[in-house]
Amino acid sequence: MAIGRRLDPALALAGLGLFLVVPPFLPQWITFLLTLAWAKALAVLGIVLLLRGGLLTFGHALYYAVGAYTAGFAVKFLGVHEGLAALGLAVVTGAAASALLGLLLARYRGVHFGLLNLAFSMVLYAILLKFYEITGGTDGMRLPTPLLAGVKPDAQHLRLTIYYVTVVLAALLLYVAYRFTTSPLGYTLRAVRDNEVRVEYMGASVRQAIYCSYIVAGVMASVGGVLAGFSVGHIVPELSFWTQSGEFVFVALLGGTGSVLAPVAGSIVFEFVRNYAFKYSPYTWQMTLGIVLLGIIFFLPGGLWSLKGIAARRWTIVTRRSQ
Amino acid sequence: MSAVLETVSLTKFFGMVRAAEDLSVQFQEGELVGIVGPNGSGKTTLLNVITGYVKPDRGRIRYQGKDITGLSPRAVADLGIARSFQMPQLYLSLTVLENLVLALAIRAGRAREFWAPLERVDRRDEAPRILEQFGLEEHASHDAGQLPEGARKLLDVALSFARRPRILLMDEPTSGVSARDKSKVMDTLVPVLKGTGVTTIFVEHDMEVVQRYAERVLAFDEGKVIAAGSPDAVLRDPTVRRALLGQP
Repeated sequence: MAIGRRLDPALALAGLGLFLVVPPFLPQWITFLLTLAWAKALAVLGIVLLLRGGLLTFGHALYYAVGAYTAGFAVKFLGVHEGLAALGLAVVTGAAASALLGLLLARYRGVHFGLLNLAFSMVLYAILLKFYEITGGTDGMRLPTPLLAGVKPDAQHLRLTIYYVTVVLAALLLYVAYRFTTSPLGYTLRAVRDNEVRVEYMGASVRQAIYCSYIVAGVMASVGGVLAGFSVGHIVPELSFWTQSGEFVFVALLGGTGSVLAPVAGSIVFEFVRNYAFKYSPYTWQMTLGIVLLGIIFFLPGGLWSLKGIAARRWTIVTRRSQ
Repeated sequence: MSAVLETVSLTKFFGMVRAAEDLSVQFQEGELVGIVGPNGSGKTTLLNVITGYVKPDRGRIRYQGKDITGLSPRAVADLGIARSFQMPQLYLSLTVLENLVLALAIRAGRAREFWAPLERVDRRDEAPRILEQFGLEEHASHDAGQLPEGARKLLDVALSFARRPRILLMDEPTSGVSARDKSKVMDTLVPVLKGTGVTTIFVEHDMEVVQRYAERVLAFDEGKVIAAGSPDAVLRDPTVRRALLGQP
């Protein structure tokens, strides 16, 4: 007997193919927006994984900033210019930070979990802001163009190269997230959301399930932070600010939690809506985003990803009628 | 014969309410014991105390001669004591099959694995067999939240049964089920449980169910055992009838 809802490999590969083939024909600013969207989607993915366990964090930007600043410190203090090495270090620091904080946070649920995460992200924000000598304070830190496997990307194709690195790495992590959601741990996390008491009575540790999932979510965001840092070339303390965490939660709701691909859809739509909202109404662009979110909540409570289910149902009806 | 599970002078008060007072009961290996009593007599409290959900004020619980008083529900489950609930405790967003395979994964100590798919846990097709034993095979792909009450009750017990417990505690396995389906639920459960030799203790309000299925009955009132013995003898006992039915 088959278990679970499978990721449609044809759909996933077709989507990935589209993102690999089309960008060379797009203007550079769109490639840049897409790079940022994919990078941020990883942080959103972390939030979505935790949401599957009924845990909403308002401080996930903490790990996003940890990743970005890991790359910054690696360049500044260790002289590491290799992008892949910086990514490896970000995995380690993201895992270490989430493992440390998770020891405390895995004890909490609901609003306490959400706000404690927020509190820790603001502590990091203050540290990044005040330790000027180390972090560059409000000026932030410049991230020079990274080497990729020892090769410096040529300036003409730099943006596209970073885009491809981001998409490929993000796709790999999406696959990791997919394996997570279909694994015993992923199901245990869902079971925790449904019925925590029963999980304990069955002999599993709720706290361990949350702790392990929290580390996975932290690593996702940390890698996203490095990729976003490489893309922009500059990192600032605002990466850890509560508004950044709020943005991730916003995108998680926008995309939905129905699939590991939903954060990518949500993140891309968000970046473009924000870009155009800012272009056409620079003083009220936040209002435009708010209206979009209201529309999603009222008309697509399952997020943009639920459109796939709606389209599939419509298609079934149409094909049945035509037979 | 030594008891597989026993309580010694167990006492638990909730404010002024006596849920258990100096309660000493024994359960033998493989028997099917029914517990009856009016509301608030301490039946469910006994299950909660044994499974570690509630700590007793005084007294001990011994399982296979070992003191398990005060252990957490998880530790008690690991020792081989499982329970089902008056209100079925299921993972409502998961399918019936997913509920069961997850129970098997937890039993196998694989709940923290995060790469192999959940279905790999059940290479021997144990979950479909259990579903068949409990008459739930037709619901395998349904979300647990969509099940009728009788099937929920059965799944609740099946999840506990999947742990291969030595002792199974069932809290009102037929409550909320229509009169017609009560026999169906018990006729499904009892042969499976007797067939595997698991010691079963069930709390029940329906006297007909107790009389028909229990091998031994304990009658509770105000946290004490007021009668114990065969179903016929206990349910004919005037003290029990007064406590349960208010008959003089």
